[in-house]
Amino acid sequence: MTDEQKSLAPANPKMTARDVKVFYGPKQAIKGVSIDVDMDNVTAFIGPSGCGKSTFLRTLNRMNDTVASARVDGTITLDGEDIYAPSMDVVQLRARVGMVFQKPNPFPKSIYENIAYGPRIHGLAASKADMDVIVEKSLRRAGLWEEVKDRLQDSGTALSGGQQQRLCIGRAIAVEPEVILMDEPCSALDPIATAKIEELIHELRGRYAIVIVTHNMQQAARVSQRTAFFHLGELVEYGVTSDIFTNPKAERTKDYITGRYG
Amino acid sequence: MTGPAIILLLAGLGAIAWVSARARAVRLQTAARATGRRDAVHSLPGYHGWYVALWTLIPAAIFLAVWANVAPGLVTQSVLADPAAQALPADGFARSAILGEARAIASGLQAGAFNPASEALVAPYRTAISEYGIAGAVLALILAFAGGAYAFTRIRPDFRARTRVERLVMMALLLASLLAIVTTLGIVASLLWESFRFFSMVNPIDFLFGFKWSPQSAAMGYGNDDAFGAIPLFWGTIFIGAIIAMIVAIPLGLMSAVYLTQYASPAVRKWMKPLLEVLAGVPTVVYGYFAALTVAPALRDFAVAIGIRGASSESALAAGLVMGVMIIPFVSSMADDSIAAVPQSMRDGSLAMGATTSETIKRVLVPAALPGVVGGVLLAVSRAIGETMIVVMAAGLAANLTLNPFASVTTVTTQIVQLLTGDQEFDSAKTLAAFALGLVLFVVTLLLNIVALRVVKKYREAYE
Repeated sequence: MTDEQKSLAPANPKMTARDVKVFYGPKQAIKGVSIDVDMDNVTAFIGPSGCGKSTFLRTLNRMNDTVASARVDGTITLDGEDIYAPSMDVVQLRARVGMVFQKPNPFPKSIYENIAYGPRIHGLAASKADMDVIVEKSLRRAGLWEEVKDRLQDSGTALSGGQQQRLCIGRAIAVEPEVILMDEPCSALDPIATAKIEELIHELRGRYAIVIVTHNMQQAARVSQRTAFFHLGELVEYGVTSDIFTNPKAERTKDYITGRYG
Repeated sequence: MTGPAIILLLAGLGAIAWVSARARAVRLQTAARATGRRDAVHSLPGYHGWYVALWTLIPAAIFLAVWANVAPGLVTQSVLADPAAQALPADGFARSAILGEARAIASGLQAGAFNPASEALVAPYRTAISEYGIAGAVLALILAFAGGAYAFTRIRPDFRARTRVERLVMMALLLASLLAIVTTLGIVASLLWESFRFFSMVNPIDFLFGFKWSPQSAAMGYGNDDAFGAIPLFWGTIFIGAIIAMIVAIPLGLMSAVYLTQYASPAVRKWMKPLLEVLAGVPTVVYGYFAALTVAPALRDFAVAIGIRGASSESALAAGLVMGVMIIPFVSSMADDSIAAVPQSMRDGSLAMGATTSETIKRVLVPAALPGVVGGVLLAVSRAIGETMIVVMAAGLAANLTLNPFASVTTVTTQIVQLLTGDQEFDSAKTLAAFALGLVLFVVTLLLNIVALRVVKKYREAYE
């Protein structure tokens, strides 16, 4: 970490990564990344395709565990607790660190059951009435309630792409996570649906620590307060979003921002 | 002239046609190229060769195929016109027996006559056969020459032989596929026709809803009513194929598919999947004697030991269990396909919510794959109820209407085998009942297959 990055580090970071390296078989995808993510800001990861930003994101809730050949080195903590420690229950971790994927992936169940899925497996609702409350609250926070309240029993896959993605955000919110990871959540959506998701991210800020991966620099500028630029598996620059976009320190960042490559 | 000789001769003519047409095309095209025009030459010489060879062979071959069917009738006509045929009896049956024998002697299939009346007709037959044989051969050769000559005169440097040959190839492929369809239609038509004859003797209602199956009593002259109630057969078929076999095959097939797709490492999967599929390659007769000689006696001893009455050494359970094992690969591979077709993002979504692997399988993957699994099970049922060897060897012949899995039941396929083996006159209700049973089986499996394919197709569309 450079001095400057240290100065950015909040006194009480939600998640920290120290010298994280990820290998897929013999190939190294992430080459020693250290970064802090805090509660009050939306953090954006930007960089050209294949730079490792999504791979790094997936280390934060151990989704890389599902890839047999992947191996993670270094330390990642959530509230000071090492998430790769043997004592860490990966199921609990993922309930605390939720994730929204690139393509909307609602389950082929009703809208209601999509939201109720997480609370049900984690036993968060004692009764049907509790569950109704959770479903409504989550859908409201996801900005979808008004559109679907009359057809909660319809299939989640019958919604439009943007609605599906908000359903997936609602599904993630329903288990009361502390961190929400978003992996290019708007890349499969049209501009109007994208605007709605970005608005939603603004509303969710502060309640959850949000990390968003995007290849769209305007989007990073619009939704985030902190931006990290990844290139070839390295974290090149991390700083306040407005600084990164108006006054990048590293040459590579400047080239990427000005559209020299990417 | 004999058939093989003509075919050889035609093949030789075809080869000559190919070689000479090709040579001519080469010669003409070389000359045409000298003019330097780009469109002077169209097809490669080989195509000209094929064009002429096919024109030589196909008309002659079609003629021979028709002739082979027409000639015997013409031969008989000319023999009947012979004075020796005036002595033939008027009775159709005796007449055709004598004619048949004379023909067999004349064509050398039979050494001597049983019926002296046929002796007189041998000589006319012999002349007629050889006359028509020579006529056929000559006509075929003339056609071959005519076709070849016509095509040969059409060879020009810019003649589009390639297009013509292409069209012929397409026709040949079309014919091949039509042949399969026509065969299927023929089988269905014969099933329908024989079933119709059966139902003119036995009331369809009695057949489909009757409770007593004893075709033997009908054959012994006790009348057709009440002897052909097929309900016990339908029940036996369902009991073995759709109930006992599926109780074995569905859970085992599904669980092995889940293990193979979700838990097994690629190395394990690489070995286990082919091994499982070996089960599907075991001939059913092997399953049959495994069921009859190993499983059935063991089950009977077990049933006797725990005090079940009426335990038979040919039990529904033995046949059903073994059939279930046979069906496992079907269910497993269909379930495997449909689980693998559930997008990875669905699985990731569930895992990212903090679900365990087994929760993900139970709540997301299996429900999402269910239509495909159901389709697979329906196909497996249709295969199980049509299965013959295992039940013939292990299920027994007694048409019992029972719920006791240790008792002997019989199935539709077993009874078809029973009805058609042995000496029966072909137009008795007993023999024709086999066709009616076959028709029912055909209709049921066809419906099952259609429904299964519908279900599978509908489901596949959901993710695309």
